[in-house]
Amino acid sequence: MSTFRLDGAEVPFEDGDTLMSAAVRAGVHVPHLCWHPRLGQSGACRLCTVRVSGRLAAACTTRAAPGLVVENRTPELDERRRMLVQMLFVEGNHFCPGCEKSGDCRLQSAGYELGMTGPEFDEFHPQRAVDASHPRLWLEFNRCILCKLCVRASHEVDGKDVFAIGGHGIGTRLLVNSPSGRLGDSALEPEDLAARVCPVGAILPKRRGFEVPIGARRVDVEDAAAAGAAAEPGRHPEDDDARS
Amino acid sequence: MPDPDDLRDARHEAPPEAVREAPRETSRETPRETPRRLRIATCSLAGCFGCHMSLMDLDERLFPLFERVEFDRSPLTDIKHCGPCDIGLVEGGLCNAENVHVLREFRARCRVLVAVGACAINGGLPAQRNAMDVGQILRSVYEQRPGLAPGSAVPNDPELPLPLARVHPIHEVVHVDHFLPGCPPGADAIWAFLGALLDGREPKLGRGLVRYD
Amino acid sequence: MTESDSRAASVAQVLHRHGGRRDALVQILREVQEQTRWLPREVLAQVAAGVGLTPAKVEGVASFYRFFHLREVGRHHLLFSDNVTDRMTGSRHLARTLCRRLGIAPGQRTPDGLASVDFASCIGLGDQGPAALVNQQRALTRLDEPRVVQLADLLRAGEPMENWPAEWFEIDDHVRRADVLLGAPPMRGEALRATLARGADATLDEVAASRLRGRGGAGFATADKWRLARTAAVPEGGTRVVVCNADEGEPGTFKDRVLLRRHADAVFEGMTVAAHVLGAKRGLVYLRGEYRYLLDGLQGVLARRREAGLLGANTLGVAGFDFDIEIHVGAGAYVCGEESALIESLEGKRGTPRIRPPFPVQRGYLGQPTVVNNVETFVAAAHIATRGGAWWAGIGTPESTGTKLHSVSGDCARPGVYEYPFGVTLEEILHDCGAGHGSAPGRPVQAVQVGGASGLCLAEHEFGRRIAFEDVPTAGALMVFDAARDMFEVARSFAHFFAHESCGFCTPCRVGTELVRRRMDKIAEGHGSMFDGATLEALESLLHGTTHCGLGASATNALRDTLARFRPAYERRLQAPDFQPGFDLDAELEAARRVTGRDDPGAHLERHG
Repeated sequence: MSTFRLDGAEVPFEDGDTLMSAAVRAGVHVPHLCWHPRLGQSGACRLCTVRVSGRLAAACTTRAAPGLVVENRTPELDERRRMLVQMLFVEGNHFCPGCEKSGDCRLQSAGYELGMTGPEFDEFHPQRAVDASHPRLWLEFNRCILCKLCVRASHEVDGKDVFAIGGHGIGTRLLVNSPSGRLGDSALEPEDLAARVCPVGAILPKRRGFEVPIGARRVDVEDAAAAGAAAEPGRHPEDDDARS
Repeated sequence: MPDPDDLRDARHEAPPEAVREAPRETSRETPRETPRRLRIATCSLAGCFGCHMSLMDLDERLFPLFERVEFDRSPLTDIKHCGPCDIGLVEGGLCNAENVHVLREFRARCRVLVAVGACAINGGLPAQRNAMDVGQILRSVYEQRPGLAPGSAVPNDPELPLPLARVHPIHEVVHVDHFLPGCPPGADAIWAFLGALLDGREPKLGRGLVRYD
Repeated sequence: MTESDSRAASVAQVLHRHGGRRDALVQILREVQEQTRWLPREVLAQVAAGVGLTPAKVEGVASFYRFFHLREVGRHHLLFSDNVTDRMTGSRHLARTLCRRLGIAPGQRTPDGLASVDFASCIGLGDQGPAALVNQQRALTRLDEPRVVQLADLLRAGEPMENWPAEWFEIDDHVRRADVLLGAPPMRGEALRATLARGADATLDEVAASRLRGRGGAGFATADKWRLARTAAVPEGGTRVVVCNADEGEPGTFKDRVLLRRHADAVFEGMTVAAHVLGAKRGLVYLRGEYRYLLDGLQGVLARRREAGLLGANTLGVAGFDFDIEIHVGAGAYVCGEESALIESLEGKRGTPRIRPPFPVQRGYLGQPTVVNNVETFVAAAHIATRGGAWWAGIGTPESTGTKLHSVSGDCARPGVYEYPFGVTLEEILHDCGAGHGSAPGRPVQAVQVGGASGLCLAEHEFGRRIAFEDVPTAGALMVFDAARDMFEVARSFAHFFAHESCGFCTPCRVGTELVRRRMDKIAEGHGSMFDGATLEALESLLHGTTHCGLGASATNALRDTLARFRPAYERRLQAPDFQPGFDLDAELEAARRVTGRDDPGAHLERHG
């Protein structure tokens, strides 16, 4: 059985595994935003940066190999992750109190998990237009973190290519494939994986919001579990229906 | 000890000689002095006062708090300007010129400045107006919408603070020492945070206490 | 025929020429734009239909490259080269002068649609600037105020480029010091004949014996790269591929420009030698868009070589040695100088670096084993094939064999291209180029930026160091700054460059380079404090090691080096004891002042508390 060392513990891996896929199978949590068990490799968010035998690398794009010594949850690495989360917060308009995804948002959870208390950088205040042209879904581009999960899902699983990436640098943005460029005349449907896979509140169903009371939301449940189950190794419940 | 119901602050009146406090006696038999209470100032800039309500939510924990702190300028007192303070708790972001003046006073007078709540930390709800032009907002409200009295104009009394083009978090204008997030931060988070500060520890809120909503 | 019809016809023609192949998308868009001037939505839709991709995907590719215009530009679109050495020759002043005379601001188009002006990252003419590209196709050099005034008149009159003064387009090679590569006569098959005579295996051994290392900056052992590609499995129906990286986007680098003009035969011969060693059938040159004016000349050399049997089917009469070279032209993207991003661009996609492994030598262009080497590396390889590896290894240092070309610009009397054996000291180069004799003769040299914006910045006490992989490595750029230059401003210009050129794929580079740029601007405007210095250091630390590729990792190199060596340039700007806002608070009240008509003291705010 081939293994590598992750924060001191031996983690088994199979052929073709990355550090991330092996860690997830072993129930070890590596912070991430753009990795998904069903979708192809990314390497965009960089939250899964780990130290592999001294060198920094993304866990989701690094092949597992026997004998590797990997550091994951160290103060130094978590400090880097926290800064990445801060960057994402200031790049968009992430107003949690008014967001339907609050409590179920991966960016927010990452902030909580890494102890981010404030953005520290100056806010960019983007003014991207909301796209509410679709009858059942809407797009809040100011919350997009460019994880490209929707792009990959639409291409690899739905076979529709509804989303694409355009622009460059800080102007990089999500594009909708349709004659008008807006979601209304695109092929996206709420049942598509691309419509459900967004980790933040950028792609949302219409007429639904705040259905789960505070205290029962995913993040509340996770925090309660973390507080009450201090003896267990850090487990990230894969309870999202979009991940099945 | 001064009467806690006595909210008068000697700096705001000229007390007659008779009511001036007698100097505290130090006895040779008990040379150790009781530690002084830390002075805390609080304000709500462009905030809804929800964070202050959450502070009040400490409920009975307020009593042990008052043993250790004394409030300087704050909505809880009637003190209009900060004296030298140990801790400044600022709720709300910067939406107008007056907010900036108050924030600058707090930064100048408080050793440790804390941004409390979403609005102070990232602009919060008021910052959602940043997508719009503030001049247009004012015109629309005071000059263009239906039902206005004839001759209605944007108020221009010199006493009114003018709004900034965009609402800003406070750390974009002064250096902030700590952030206490939440909308509002819960009483437990406030209690854990203040407790650490008063003990001279670096505040480190664990999971469950850090919230952005 | 309406403009729309004529555009549609152009698109159809270009699509047909490329057989509607998806991997030709970048070439298709470029060639279409050369006829249509810009890429309106219906053009993108027609291209998409023609190559079988979604319109959003095509828009995604088009909007990645800085030379593709998705908004209308003028009939003549001027792009002023904006590297720091260009600015030192007054390029910004000239651009502003031109804009003023046209009645526009940079980035705008004149109302009559005849002209537009903007800036571009270094276009590789730092030895003869101020320089500008016209419609991304031809370059104006040695611009000055009289020329710019005359240019404004020509633009306003809508005068076609063919009627502009021919001397404006003259490009000098400025070969200041030739050695074994620059001094060699044109190569017309000697290397190829020597390779065939010796055999592929033995030729690879010669390259190994030469200890040749890549000349594009990374310095990977060339023989190792060729060997890895040679032994990698070829997919069914595929071939091994030889790619020449002629992207030369590193600011201050223009040595490949000279090689491509004067020694194109040697470049192509080196590629052909590699092809024989690898058994490759396909060769591609990725020519940066800024060198589009070299394309016709290069195609001419290729045509001549085909006729002479040095290229094409049965090269030099050897059955089965079928190797030909195609030239792909880039469209303005520094990141495409990175080999995996370059390959993405060759495949018609956005120039986002790939996840590695696998490396291009295993799976590169269209999944095939691909060798990507710099222009200069191929020239060196050609000479090694002719004269043997021991000859090359006898030049330079044990770790860094052979010679290296340097493109020198900035505060020096003789900017241009210099070839030295590795191991030469900076002092020697500075002496030869007349450093410190720029606009103000006799000023001592303060700093040298070696290897471009992502390279090393060295101060006077380090000028005794040697150019070599084991000491001061370089891809070739050498920018000289005299004592009057502000090294903080130099670092700030590089910060702008990296923010502009970030591909945007990964969080730390996309947002981090923008945060660095804003913070440097804030300090430049006089509102810096020690807090800003700390933020920059934190960003610098994050960008090292957390990014998806080397662009992000080296984006703060100049910041780090100048902070360490030219601290006073920063400290005099970080004097404020208190944190200052990075924006003008009083200006923030302007809109409210306007609608209330107020100007009393209460209607204003002090910038600092």
